[in-house]
Amino acid sequence: MVSAIVSLGLSGLAIGVLLAVAAQKFKVETDPRVDEIISVLPGANCGGCGFPGCAALAEAILEGKAPVHACVVGGNGVAEKIAGIMGVAADAVEPSVAVVYCQGNCHNAVATAEYDGVTECSALNALGGTKKCSYSCLGLGSCVKACVFDAIVMGEDGIPVVDRDKCTGCGACARACPRGIIDMVPVSKKVHILCRSYDKGPVTRKNCKTGCIACQACVRACPQKTISMDRGTLAKIDYENCDNCGICVTKCPVKTIRSYDKKDEVAAS
Amino acid sequence: MVKARHGSGGIQVPDRKEISGHVPIEEAGIPSELTLYLSQHIGAPSKSLVNVGDQVKRGQKIAEAQGVVSAGLHAPTSGKVKAIEARYQPALGRMVEAIVIEPDGEHVLYEDVVPVGSDLGGISKEKIQEVTREAGLVGLGGAAFPTAVKLAPPPGKTIDTYLLNGVECEPYLTADQRLMEEFAGDVVFGFRALMKAAGVDKGIICIEDNKPEAIRAMEQAAAPYSELDVAVLSHRYPRGGEKQLIETVLGREVPPPPGLPLDVGVIVSNVGTAHALATALKTGLPLVERVVSVTGEGVAKPANLKALIGTPVSYLIEIAGGFVSRPGKVILGGPMMGVSVPNTDVSIVKGTSGVLVFPAEDVRTEPVQPCIRCGMCVEACPMRLLPVWMAAYAENGFMEDAEKMRVMDCCECGACSYVCPAKRPLTQSIRLAKAHIAAKRRAARTN
Repeated sequence: MVSAIVSLGLSGLAIGVLLAVAAQKFKVETDPRVDEIISVLPGANCGGCGFPGCAALAEAILEGKAPVHACVVGGNGVAEKIAGIMGVAADAVEPSVAVVYCQGNCHNAVATAEYDGVTECSALNALGGTKKCSYSCLGLGSCVKACVFDAIVMGEDGIPVVDRDKCTGCGACARACPRGIIDMVPVSKKVHILCRSYDKGPVTRKNCKTGCIACQACVRACPQKTISMDRGTLAKIDYENCDNCGICVTKCPVKTIRSYDKKDEVAAS
Repeated sequence: MVKARHGSGGIQVPDRKEISGHVPIEEAGIPSELTLYLSQHIGAPSKSLVNVGDQVKRGQKIAEAQGVVSAGLHAPTSGKVKAIEARYQPALGRMVEAIVIEPDGEHVLYEDVVPVGSDLGGISKEKIQEVTREAGLVGLGGAAFPTAVKLAPPPGKTIDTYLLNGVECEPYLTADQRLMEEFAGDVVFGFRALMKAAGVDKGIICIEDNKPEAIRAMEQAAAPYSELDVAVLSHRYPRGGEKQLIETVLGREVPPPPGLPLDVGVIVSNVGTAHALATALKTGLPLVERVVSVTGEGVAKPANLKALIGTPVSYLIEIAGGFVSRPGKVILGGPMMGVSVPNTDVSIVKGTSGVLVFPAEDVRTEPVQPCIRCGMCVEACPMRLLPVWMAAYAENGFMEDAEKMRVMDCCECGACSYVCPAKRPLTQSIRLAKAHIAAKRRAARTN
């Protein structure tokens, strides 16, 4: 009995001393600021910054691999706090929101087939999709699944709808889209050309009621001269100079161009 | 007679060969437009040799192979090049460049199409290899691997056996069966040419026991040649898969990828390929047409059609009497491994062995239910993989884990999806993981 208590106690003591020495000797130096930065980050681990989670971003900021405003979700508030911790000045960055560049819903786009199988857009993309337009939204909602903020939902007509108030601009939906029809755009930019089809005009016209037919009416109408033709078949806005005047919206004969200024107009599409 | 083994995995499927098995091969004729995709074989796309507006003749080379693993293309009939543009390639599921020919109906033969010879003794090994390459020959079983590459194994590999694949284990398809029954002599001639080109002196013709007529015809045609043997195999899917066939007939196991049949001293070619080589040698005509089974419960007059490469699917269905009722699904290839097409405007490629039409009432999709871990997919897998885990990882985005389960070894035979009592789309999930991993590997190579 006594010998058991003594031997166990002694071995416990010896191991304890050994552990204490090891803990001192092999101590990993961590910057206390890592925990401070993690505490101000949103903690959603969305990956919108391009790093695997908030902790990884915190370390990256400390090492100077990421700017203090790298967290797109936290926006300027978080950036200022991190700048405070790091002791630098934060430049204000405009938040972005996701824009889905396709209106090829069940009413507008010509369907060619039905699909049942794995409900993953990349799976359907590998089969060519179910619409005539090969650039269109596949409609299985991989972007919806990718959003951790519930900011994008599948509309009744089969095209995802972004809640511009909830969207943090993390870009997870854009990365999930195999056709690359979602982009992050500064929130102040309200006018968008909602088509990504590089098909020639007549082809697009047959495929979809609201596809860009490359008539160039918007290019001619734009007072800022900020709309140009990409590859000659698709009108694109250079957002830097766009002042949301909306003249192009009225000129587009197929209603490809939409303005998010009047919320109800978009909902009516 | 070769004694066959059972082989691992596989499933019993109704073969449905009775629908078109008795119908003799017919000429499909010349459609109003031919679409020849520049990517219709494994390997690099071929490069167009013609321009829009050019006149071409039957058998004229219109695209040449680019790189070692690639194959050329030839004009199937005479006419004018209408366009060179991106078209939807059903077997790949994406838009690829294609040469569109508007036939003039004259069917004029190109001047350079001259017979090489019909006596194998007088044709050198090198000449056969050259003809194989020049004729744009690819494996006609479905995978469309350039045949010339198979015939030139890398130094250090010795090939002792050549298998001729007449198994046609996919249900419905009867193109190979009809070829063996009607053109047994040509098939054997082509097979002997393939063997000569590869320098192999033992050949086994493999046929499933559900094709007794074909077995009889081939045994008769092969009888004069002591180096040829016929193996009769029991009907089981996917017996005709290259690796499964080698295991069943020779008892050798092909190592996992990048392992190839030639690592165990074997080359496998399809009977269609042998027939195409025989045609190329005897008439000089390159691979411009193939036999396609147009069958299924959804066509009025199921047929085996000798169709020009690039013929629209809609044309073939029309020749076969059109749709019986509202079509539910049109599949290019067999029902197990083929691809369903979004519309019938697409054209057949060199690897298209069949056009299957199923009426809408036959195409049921049952609700997908949760996996109950019954393990039936594991038993069915001929590659001895674990589809249940590979699919679960793929569905949840754990592609690295799927890769560790050796998802890349999957031959996509579809046996797991077929047996799954919960109706889970296992094969499709696995394909998704394979595409993802392949893209990642490509990206890693280019960086």
